[in-house]
Amino acid sequence: MMNTLLEVSGVSVTFDGFRAINNLSIQFAEAELRAIIGPNGAGKTTFMDIVTGKTKPDEGRVIWGERNISLLGLSESDIAIQGIGRKFQKPTVFEAQTVRQNLAMALKNPRSPFAVLMHKRTQANAARIDAIAEQIGLLDSLTRIAGELSHGQKQWLEIGMLLAQEPRLLLIDEPAAGMTAEEREKTTDILREAARTRAVVVVEHDMEFVRRLGCKVTVLHEGAVLAEGSLDSVTANQKVIDVYLGREHA
Amino acid sequence: MRHSFIAQNPSVLWFLLALSLFTLGVTVLSEAAGVAVISTSFVKTLGKTLCLCLIAVAMDVVWGYCGILSLGHFAFFGLGGYAIGMWLMYARTEAIVLDALAQQPLPPTPQEVSDAIGNQIFGVVGSSEFPWIWAFADTLYLQLLMIVVIPGLLALVFGWLAFRSRVTGVYLSILTQAMTLALSLYLFQNDSGLRGNNGLSGLQNIPGYEDTSQAVISIVFLWASALALGAGYVFFAWVVSGKMGSVIKGIRDNEARVRFLGYRVESYKLFIFTITAIVSAIAGALYYPQAGIINPGEIAPIASIYLAVWVAIGGRGRLYGAVIGAAFVSLLSSWFTGGGAPAVPLGFYTIQWTDWWLVLLGLSFVAVTLFFPKGIGGLFDYLVRKP
Repeated sequence: MMNTLLEVSGVSVTFDGFRAINNLSIQFAEAELRAIIGPNGAGKTTFMDIVTGKTKPDEGRVIWGERNISLLGLSESDIAIQGIGRKFQKPTVFEAQTVRQNLAMALKNPRSPFAVLMHKRTQANAARIDAIAEQIGLLDSLTRIAGELSHGQKQWLEIGMLLAQEPRLLLIDEPAAGMTAEEREKTTDILREAARTRAVVVVEHDMEFVRRLGCKVTVLHEGAVLAEGSLDSVTANQKVIDVYLGREHA
Repeated sequence: MRHSFIAQNPSVLWFLLALSLFTLGVTVLSEAAGVAVISTSFVKTLGKTLCLCLIAVAMDVVWGYCGILSLGHFAFFGLGGYAIGMWLMYARTEAIVLDALAQQPLPPTPQEVSDAIGNQIFGVVGSSEFPWIWAFADTLYLQLLMIVVIPGLLALVFGWLAFRSRVTGVYLSILTQAMTLALSLYLFQNDSGLRGNNGLSGLQNIPGYEDTSQAVISIVFLWASALALGAGYVFFAWVVSGKMGSVIKGIRDNEARVRFLGYRVESYKLFIFTITAIVSAIAGALYYPQAGIINPGEIAPIASIYLAVWVAIGGRGRLYGAVIGAAFVSLLSSWFTGGGAPAVPLGFYTIQWTDWWLVLLGLSFVAVTLFFPKGIGGLFDYLVRKP
């Protein structure tokens, strides 16, 4: 039995009468790769917003780690410090700064203003930045301004920034969007590698990409879990077929 | 580390060099040096300009780097001026009163001295009592401390309330305008304890140096202002060059993303807001002894808006841009409004620059924003090619 890292139970949230998340319960283990799929409006992004502290749910619990900390009372930055990293759908890197500065900012180090003000470059930090840059294939681009990177490179830089944070749980929103086939393959490798030592949760529309990840899949529908299991088992599930086909025919 | 900081920021060295040459040049050509090419009043104008450059550098850090468009930093500038002004006025009045009382056959009691000083200072607002805020006014070092403590505390409390509630963008700008307006209106009242609309005056007379000519005093203040500007420039260049600069530029460009990296954005904003407020106050404390008078009109909302205009015209996000903008626009402004610019006769109408300068300034602000978002400082990009 694997240790539960994050436990979401009975969570509901309503926006102006629309129930975006409806009594959702979901768990993630210490080191696993998980894909979350579901049609538009299934609540995938809202689920991430709740876990990362951007949205406060109306009811339910979000429990984190061995010490069973409730994440609901924490701010976004405190949740990030707890060890939850998040990648947005649109690549959001700091375009005015270099790749190295982006990674240095993300690197796991003290986050208080005073510590940051007195921060000095060290060999150890430089080595960590190089290692991550190598992993995401941007070692040659460390001095480039992030705004000049291609779309795929920005996505990787953002994943690299997440890795630099050394989170225990990585939430990744549609990493393959807008990528070429080659870039997708590389992204798959990076995510699988990352999932060996931590929990990686990928929200994705693209079934082909999910298949390549080769991991457990959770299907969300109308803010609740519809099915869970291997990709083959969930795609054979009649309820899932109805939801997807129903959408397509609509 | 020092070496690498200068190596990475060559503009700091150039700036310090230019500032030193400027200060030396003005000194050599001043009345104090016996040459009098530059009049004492113009030396004061230049000294004041250096103080304005310092607050512009602070404004550039808070706005150009951290993305907080504060339209209230002149409130801190004014508070710094009031803080030093209280001591200047108290100490000078005390000297005059002691002189006058010395003529009496009986030596005056401390109470009589205090009453007489109070009468002198507050007679103009129909009072003779010392308000409690003058408690430290008789002690120079305490009042010097107040220059940083009072504006620092105001910035800390205001910033804490505003940033904690996640007030951003134009709403924050409006709040800062409200702050400076409220402070200005409060100080306009006669019972505010700071002489209402009369403000504090005679600040150019430095107690204990009554025999020193204004020509010499003006040079001393020019040097002090230059020193403060140089130190402030190096300090802020250091702040924005390292990882702190990275984080605050990140906050400017995408606040939410910085939060998800685990940085407490509010603490950073508060830190930057407060240190820039303190530096603004120091600039004000050096400015008003050169101006000679401070009144609540100085911290009217428009002053802080001008400050933003200087920084925008000079070029946001580069410290020398702020210096250029403040120096250029404020000197030009005193030339135009002081009647230095010749009127332009158009036949049917004559353009008097005292009336039309603000229109010209407004147009240039719009033009810079639309066509030269990098400001005057952006011209340096053409001169210095980045490798």
